[in-house]
Amino acid sequence: MIWAGVLGTALGCYLLKLAGVSLPGRWLESPTVRRVATMLPVAMLAALTAVQAFASGRAVVVDARAAGLAVAAVLLLLRAPFLVVVLAAAATAALLRAFS
Amino acid sequence: MTDWDATRRKVVRDAMGVGVAVGTYGISFGALGPTSGLSVPQTLALSVLAFTGGSQFAFVGVVGAGGSVVSGAATALLLGSRNALYGLRLAPLLSLRGRQRALAAHLVIDESTAMAVAQSEDAAGRLAFWSTGLAVFTMWNLATLLGALGATAFGDPAALGLDAAIGAAFLGLLWPRLAQRSSLALAVAAAALALALTPVVPPGIPVLLAGTLAVAVGVRTPAGAS
Repeated sequence: MIWAGVLGTALGCYLLKLAGVSLPGRWLESPTVRRVATMLPVAMLAALTAVQAFASGRAVVVDARAAGLAVAAVLLLLRAPFLVVVLAAAATAALLRAFS
Repeated sequence: MTDWDATRRKVVRDAMGVGVAVGTYGISFGALGPTSGLSVPQTLALSVLAFTGGSQFAFVGVVGAGGSVVSGAATALLLGSRNALYGLRLAPLLSLRGRQRALAAHLVIDESTAMAVAQSEDAAGRLAFWSTGLAVFTMWNLATLLGALGATAFGDPAALGLDAAIGAAFLGLLWPRLAQRSSLALAVAAAALALALTPVVPPGIPVLLAGTLAVAVGVRTPAGAS
């Protein structure tokens, strides 16, 4: 079942790219298309961040993941590299769990 | 001629640098695949075949949080739709034909597009696209494999805090897109909507509905007021 999702995602992502380099360029002139393309990743990445940090199944909870996210936000403000941000968030949650 | 040599060297060197930087994202993605219930081959297949980081993170994030593979794939595709727009922008520059078009399409991602359109000459733009695309493809897949093997070597993902790492990874991907105030407002609204919907609909659906919100706002905003 996961394989079907992996291969479906791969095929769909490739076809989106292929459509882009194959379709006539006048699509790009539509301000609506450009606006949606800018807004879509912002909304989805924000929603994914919130759900990953605060959702547990269908419950909304504040646990060690929230502390990890807070540390990540501070490090991003300080312009830390991506891998440092991710590792620090993991370490924060792991330490909180180990000592609680 | 020497001008072109210097330009060429700079473009290729920058491409390598981008490749190495993206490798650090690849290690994170590789480690999160097995954490979310994917096998090492499945994690690597996403990197080789889908090859678009945000969508890959989205798929493992949704599936790992208990969402269905269908909502995982739908989230990945909605997020990956921006690559179609990149392709539209790159097509006139790259002037592709046949098999070359099929190969180039696979390399259309955030980094190769940004590097290609940043060049002042077309020849440099083409070189930047191909060299960045190939450097990132190589590093991204090597790093995914390393991360995935590393994660499976350790035990319990929650004890390692890897579930917290996924949220941090999404925030890291979101961060550079928040420069405008309107983006920040949209991000806050989308996050609030997703959490408000979490108790009401199955896992995976809140993120898709947040994406739908962005499309609705984008379509309804009057021209010139973006």
